Amino acid sequence: MTTNLPCPDCGTDVSPDDQFCEACGGGLGVQAPVDGCAACGATEIDQDGFCARCGFRRPAARDRIDLDLPGVAGVSDRGLRHEHNEDAIAVRRVDGCGEVVVVVSDGVSTSDNPEDASAAAVEAAADTLVAALREGDDPARATRSAVVAAASAVAELVRDKPSDNAPACTIVSAVVSADRVTVGWVGDSRAYWLDRDPDAPSSCLTIDDSWATQMVAAGLADEETAFADSRAHALTAWLGADAGEVRPHTITVRPTGPGVVLVCSDGLWNYLWDADSLAAQTLPLAMTAPLASARALTRFALERGGHDNITVAVVPFPPRPASTGSTQE
Amino acid sequence: MSTSPEFRVDVYQNEYLPVGGREVNAIVTVAATGSGGAQAQGAAPAAEVIIVDCSGSMNYPPTKLREAKRATAAAIDTLRDGVRFAVIAGTERAGMVYPREGGLAVADARTRQRAKSSVAQLVADGGTAIGRWLSLADELFRGQDDAIRHAILLTDGRNEHESPAALEQTLAACHGRFVVDCRGVGTDWVVDELRKVANAMLGTVDIVADPVGLEADFQAMTATAMGKSVGDVRLRLWTPQGATIRFVKQAEPTVLDLTGRRIATSAQVGDYPTGAWGTESRDYHVCVEVNPAKVGDVMLAGRVSLVSVSPDGRDEVLGQGLVKATWTEDTARSTKIHPVVAHYTGQAELAEAIQEGLEARRVGDLDTATAKLGRAVALAARSGNTDTATLLAKVVDVDDPVTGRVRLKTKVSQADAMTLDTRSTKTSRVRKS
Ligand SMILES: [Zn+2]
Ligand SMILES: [Zn+2]
Repeated sequence: MTTNLPCPDCGTDVSPDDQFCEACGGGLGVQAPVDGCAACGATEIDQDGFCARCGFRRPAARDRIDLDLPGVAGVSDRGLRHEHNEDAIAVRRVDGCGEVVVVVSDGVSTSDNPEDASAAAVEAAADTLVAALREGDDPARATRSAVVAAASAVAELVRDKPSDNAPACTIVSAVVSADRVTVGWVGDSRAYWLDRDPDAPSSCLTIDDSWATQMVAAGLADEETAFADSRAHALTAWLGADAGEVRPHTITVRPTGPGVVLVCSDGLWNYLWDADSLAAQTLPLAMTAPLASARALTRFALERGGHDNITVAVVPFPPRPASTGSTQE
Repeated sequence: MSTSPEFRVDVYQNEYLPVGGREVNAIVTVAATGSGGAQAQGAAPAAEVIIVDCSGSMNYPPTKLREAKRATAAAIDTLRDGVRFAVIAGTERAGMVYPREGGLAVADARTRQRAKSSVAQLVADGGTAIGRWLSLADELFRGQDDAIRHAILLTDGRNEHESPAALEQTLAACHGRFVVDCRGVGTDWVVDELRKVANAMLGTVDIVADPVGLEADFQAMTATAMGKSVGDVRLRLWTPQGATIRFVKQAEPTVLDLTGRRIATSAQVGDYPTGAWGTESRDYHVCVEVNPAKVGDVMLAGRVSLVSVSPDGRDEVLGQGLVKATWTEDTARSTKIHPVVAHYTGQAELAEAIQEGLEARRVGDLDTATAKLGRAVALAARSGNTDTATLLAKVVDVDDPVTGRVRLKTKVSQADAMTLDTRSTKTSRVRKS
C-alpha cells in the first residue's frame, strides 16, 4: 500500500511517485520536505519539533513556501520580525483552458489564529474559482462567489474555536485568462498590472480597504498626510466572523500587450508600492522566469527589513497554454 | 502501593534574545501535587537515621543534651509503623545507640520504646567528626534502595576531629544517597561548615539557638520526611550541542547552587540530584549559553525533566518543560527581563550580600560589611522578603530601606548574627501569573 500525500500546492492527494500533481500540474519536487534538521543535518527530531542535537526548531511548513507551476510562481516568507507566517497563498491552473488562478491572503495579526483565517480563505477561494470556471462561469462572477465563499470559511472558524477576537484576514484573487485579468479583493492585499512595454502604463488594480486609501478616495486627505497617519494601515474591510456583510470588489482589465500580473501582501508593497517602479524592478525577467522574479521581490523586502510576512505571486500574461506536464523542466 | 504525586513543570522566561545574544535564563518551577500529601500514611517505604552530637560540649549548658534527648524521642514517636530507623551518637567516632547491634530497626510500639530508653541513657563525652557520623549513616542506609532515605543531624560545635578534606571526601561519596537536614544548637558551631554539609546532602540547615526549640523542630522535620512519597528524583537537563551551562540553581525555597553536582549521562544530558519529594514546590534557575542564530530562528536551549530513578535503574519522567530562545531585532522585546527571573536573581544576590557582609564584619572590614548588608536590606525590601528584612534589622540599624543606607549595630548577639547567616538563603516567593 502506498501512502498518498497532499499536493503542497492544491491539497489533492498525490502518489509519492508522481513528479507533478495530477490536479494542478505543480512540480512536487519543489516542496519535498527536508529530512531531519535544516540547521545541522541531524536526523533525530524530538516530539516538540526541535533537533535533538542542535536544538533548532524545524522550520514550520509555512515559514517559507516556494511554488513553481507552469506559467505561475509564488513565494510566501515569514519575514524577519514575525514568528509565524500568517500569509497564505494558493495557486491553481484550470486544466484545459489554460487559465491561472492565484489567491493571496494576509492574516490580521491582532486577531486570534490569523494563520487559520488566511489558510481557510485561500483554500475556499481557489476551490470555488476553479469549480466555477470549469462550469463556464464568467471570471468576474466566479471571483465574487470565491470571495464570498472565503468570507464564510473564515467566519465559520469560530464555530470550532469560539473567540472574542475572531480570526480575520484580507484576500486578493486574480484569474488570468487569455484575453483578460480579473481581480477580486477585500482588505489591503494588492494586485498590479505590470506592462512589458516600459512606455505603457503599469498600475495597481486594487484599491485598499484601509483608512488612508479611503481618506484619499473620499477627498478628505492627500496621500502624504493620509499615509503618515498612525491609522493609515487600519483595515476598513476584512474577512472574519466580526466583519459584517462582505462586499467583494472586482475589476477586469483587458491588456493589449504582454506583461505580468503581480499579486502580493503588504509585506512587499510597504517597501515598493509604485507600479512603475515594480515594473522596472520585475521586467523583463518575470515574463520568462516567474519564480526567479518572485524570489527576487521577496529578497528585496527581506533586505529592507522584512517587518511583515511577505507573499508574492507572479503570472506572465498571456498565460502559457496548458501543458502535458512531462515537458516541464 | 504508594500513589505518586503529579509533577507539574512550568517555565518562566523571556525567550527573546537580541541579535548575537547567547545567554538564556529561565525559572523552572516544579510543583508536586495530589498523592494525599503528609497524610499519605503507609505510602512509600522510608528509612530514618537520627544523628545526635554527644561531644562533651553538649553538657554546657546541660540543657543542650537534655533537650536533644527529648527532641530525638519526639522524632522517634513521629515515625510511622514500618519505617526502618536507627539512632547514632556522634563524637570523634560514630556509635550505634539503637539498635545497639547495628542495622536498622522496624518502627513499632516496642522498638520505639526501646529506642527512647537507649536515647535517655546517652552521655556527652568526646569530640566532633561529622564525616564519620555520615559514613555510618551511609552504611546503615545501604540496601535500602527502595526506601526514601532521610537523616537528621544535630551538632553544637566545630568539626574538630577530622580534616576538612576528609569531610569533603565523605560528602562527595554520600551525595545523592540520602538527604540530611542539619541543625546547629547553641552558637558554638560554624554556619558555613554546616551549610556545606546540608547543601551537599540536599537538606535544610537551621539554627536552634535555644535548646528548648529542638523538640518541635525534630518533630516537624520527621513529619516532613514521612510525607515524602517519591525518592531519588533528579533534575535532568538536555542542552543543544555547543551550549555551555552557566549554572543550575535551586531558587526556592532556598538558594542552592547545583551546577557542580551534574552527573553527565551523555555530552548533552546531565542529571542533578534533588532528593525526595512530597507535596511541595521548588523553583530552579537555569542559565545556558547557546550559539546565536538568525533573527526569527527558534531554538530549544534546554529541556528540563524531573526524573525518578528507581533502584533497578529504570527512569521515569515525571514532568518536563522547555527553555527556548528566539532571536529578534526588536529590542523592546529582547531587553525585557522576565519578572520571575529578575526576582530570583535578586534573591540569589541577597543571600550572597548577607554572607559576604557578615564575613566582612567578622574580620573587621566594617566598610565592606556596611555596604554589603546595606545592599541586602535594599534587596530584601524591594522583593518583599520580610523574614530576611527582620533578621537584617537585628544586625544593622536601617536609615533608608529603599537605598539601603544602614549603620552596623555595635552590639549584636551571636545568635542573631548566626540566624541571619543560616537563613540568608531563604527566598521569598513571587507571583508568577
Ligand atoms: Zn496540486
Ligand atoms: Zn540540528
